[in-house]
Amino acid sequence: MTNPNPSPAIKDSSMLKQKAMIAGNYGKLETAAADGRKVAATFVPGNLNELIMCFDMLNNLPEINAIQNGMRKKTGGYIMEAEKRGHSEDVCTYVKADLGMIAKGNIGPDGQKLPDPDLLLLSYTGCFTFMKWFELLRAQYKCETAMLHVPYQGDGKITKTMVSYVVKQLKEEVIPKLERVSGVAFDIDRLRENLARSARAEEDLVWVLESAKARPSPIDAYFGGVYYIGPIFTAFRGTEDAVEYYRLLRAEIGERLARGQGPVTPAGDMPDERYRLVVEGPPNWTSFREFWKMFYDEGAVVVASTYSKVGGLYDLGFRHDPDRPLESLAEYCLGCYTNRNLPARIDLIAQYMEEYQADGLLINSIKSCNSFSAGQLLVLREIERRTGKPAAFIESDLVDPRYFSPANIKNRLESYFQMVDQRRAGSKSAARAA
Amino acid sequence: MIPTTTEIIARCQALFDDLNFTYAREWKAARPGRIVVGYMPFYVPRELIHAAGGLPLGVLGGGEQLEVIQGDAYYQSYICRIPRSTIELGVTNRLDFVDVMLFPSICDVIRNLSGMWKIMFPKVRSRYFDVPQNYRDDVGGEFYIHELAELRDLLAEASGQPVGDDALRASIALYNENRALVREVYAFRARQPWQAPSAEVYLLMRAGMIVAVEEHSRMLREYLAAAAAENRPRRDNSRVVVTGAFCEQPPLNLIKSIELSGCYIVDDDFMLVNRWERSDVAEAGDPLANLADAYLHNSGDTSAKYEPDQAKKGLYLVEAVKRTRAEGVIFASPSFCDPALLERPMLQQVLAAHDIPFIAFKYAENSGQMQPIREQAGTFADSIKLWSNP
Repeated sequence: MTNPNPSPAIKDSSMLKQKAMIAGNYGKLETAAADGRKVAATFVPGNLNELIMCFDMLNNLPEINAIQNGMRKKTGGYIMEAEKRGHSEDVCTYVKADLGMIAKGNIGPDGQKLPDPDLLLLSYTGCFTFMKWFELLRAQYKCETAMLHVPYQGDGKITKTMVSYVVKQLKEEVIPKLERVSGVAFDIDRLRENLARSARAEEDLVWVLESAKARPSPIDAYFGGVYYIGPIFTAFRGTEDAVEYYRLLRAEIGERLARGQGPVTPAGDMPDERYRLVVEGPPNWTSFREFWKMFYDEGAVVVASTYSKVGGLYDLGFRHDPDRPLESLAEYCLGCYTNRNLPARIDLIAQYMEEYQADGLLINSIKSCNSFSAGQLLVLREIERRTGKPAAFIESDLVDPRYFSPANIKNRLESYFQMVDQRRAGSKSAARAA
Repeated sequence: MIPTTTEIIARCQALFDDLNFTYAREWKAARPGRIVVGYMPFYVPRELIHAAGGLPLGVLGGGEQLEVIQGDAYYQSYICRIPRSTIELGVTNRLDFVDVMLFPSICDVIRNLSGMWKIMFPKVRSRYFDVPQNYRDDVGGEFYIHELAELRDLLAEASGQPVGDDALRASIALYNENRALVREVYAFRARQPWQAPSAEVYLLMRAGMIVAVEEHSRMLREYLAAAAAENRPRRDNSRVVVTGAFCEQPPLNLIKSIELSGCYIVDDDFMLVNRWERSDVAEAGDPLANLADAYLHNSGDTSAKYEPDQAKKGLYLVEAVKRTRAEGVIFASPSFCDPALLERPMLQQVLAAHDIPFIAFKYAENSGQMQPIREQAGTFADSIKLWSNP
């Protein structure tokens, strides 16, 4: 049940900071042409923001535009526009939301026109669709494209050959194109400085994510987590702004932890932690608040999520390393969550279940994201087998509102929570009998 | 005595229908030390498997004959059918003789299936086989040679014998011969499609996914001779290229339906692996470097491959139309196939720019209802005859 007297939703300093950062980046994008700034479009997984900044370029992320538009309920129309133009109903809705937005004038989520990119920086990391998406955008913008092929961790490990291949592409393909498009010479010391800032921010992010090991967890690592990863997954990794954001966030979460508080939700502080869950898969964005409410109404807190690792997996120890700048960027790209093979993904989830003392696993299977979704039913079985804890499966989509069925999802969640209760009751009876 | 087309195709049909892969089982049992290496679409270097004393076995799903029961429990409704029928083949022990499974870099579904295979069939050596999307010799080429070397090591481990350069060069020569014959059959069909119906050509090529390369080359030669000797009626059909079917295969009835509706299929992308290299792979010198060179600079195009040059995007389809004197293109793609369906609008734009008519539909490997396909393809054939420039 929702707390009848929720605390007022007071914005923390970190929230205000992030809001200003996002608005600032969109503002810079809107005035890029007037300001003489070049723009690179790129993706979240394998995002090379530290490198892009070395060339004074701005970073525009089509996935983030789709997410922002999804949260503003604009993507339904964009997707239908793209389908009207011949794009299949079966394919990724991020792509169609982006193409539909472009078809309707390329007005960004904040209502201002987005600039045409000067460079498409295609980091082909953990998702086949990225490659086609950028070919589609290239046909649209007819601008230069730099392709960075990031090999998949088929055997669950990063090899020297993989790192060397990515580094060579950075040196031979990506950096020369960034130099050519921007007119700025590459300065590796500048990259080192950016990477050092990234590592500082990553340290604080990991601390925040791991705070969920406490009972009660002071954060929701999925619904809240998507806000926490925002700066580091997008146009701010490597900036002072990001360092400052994560410093503020860590301090705020530290206070919550010290006070024994649960997560902040749109309805205020969550009073009672009844279920601790690990969630696999991206959230639905078009009904994000409604989706979240289904959890906090029941006292369910997500203590770890895989989606919050899609743009970089830092809690296993990886940090951007200024002493090995290009190798470090390569290892970052290679290590993103969906670039790991299925056994490695399952190992990670099982580890989260254990370390975060989760009651169960919930998979939100996304219709249009095969990178995440193909194989998730095996993930579910394996986690149940290994941990003995219940897992549940719901289906929705990223930004297509047609595939969010609240009644079905709510029913499934309620049944799932009952299952967790029964399992707990069973465990208690067994313990008493023993 | 040269067998007739009927006899050759009857043998191919029997191979196609046999989901217990009796041929491959018997091939393996015939000599100790032999291995069978399964591979999924679209491309693996079969020469390496052959040189390791192995039989490359194309695993192209369960088709329309296989009832998928357990496989459906592993996939949501919005995932294509080939991974679920492949799992069905696995869990029903139809692939229990396969020593190594290879999963080429074609899409996220097949990529993730490689990991599923490791979990579900831990005794089988399985590998995700990556191919470079960078086509520079010193960048993608170097990476790919390393991938090939790792695959060679894996195969040597599975077969218990090293894969030497001489053996590999000999295998490359055999596959060069086979690819040349495959190209010859395709060229023959493009010249005289009434003499080589697409269902026959399809079954002949499917046989090449199962039988040893030496035997398949013999079948191709025999078919070329037998088909040329036939005297089949020439119909006033439209000539079409079928594209988008490079992974999950269409039902045989779909191919027959397209022809029955008034279209001669003069080119297709059903099984790209059998003619992936457009001309011979060099036989002298370092064989891994030669395979890499062929992949980077002399291989076909498909949507699983990045096209670095926007100006060249999709032109391979226009060239196929010109080369085969086709009058239109049919986009036949499996439902939920990311590579084919994301690529389709880009290819359609290129075709439109070249005034090449096209239609599109989707299928699943077990699609049973062909009436809509016949109607659509028939209308397309008629419209070409009525409205296209002579």
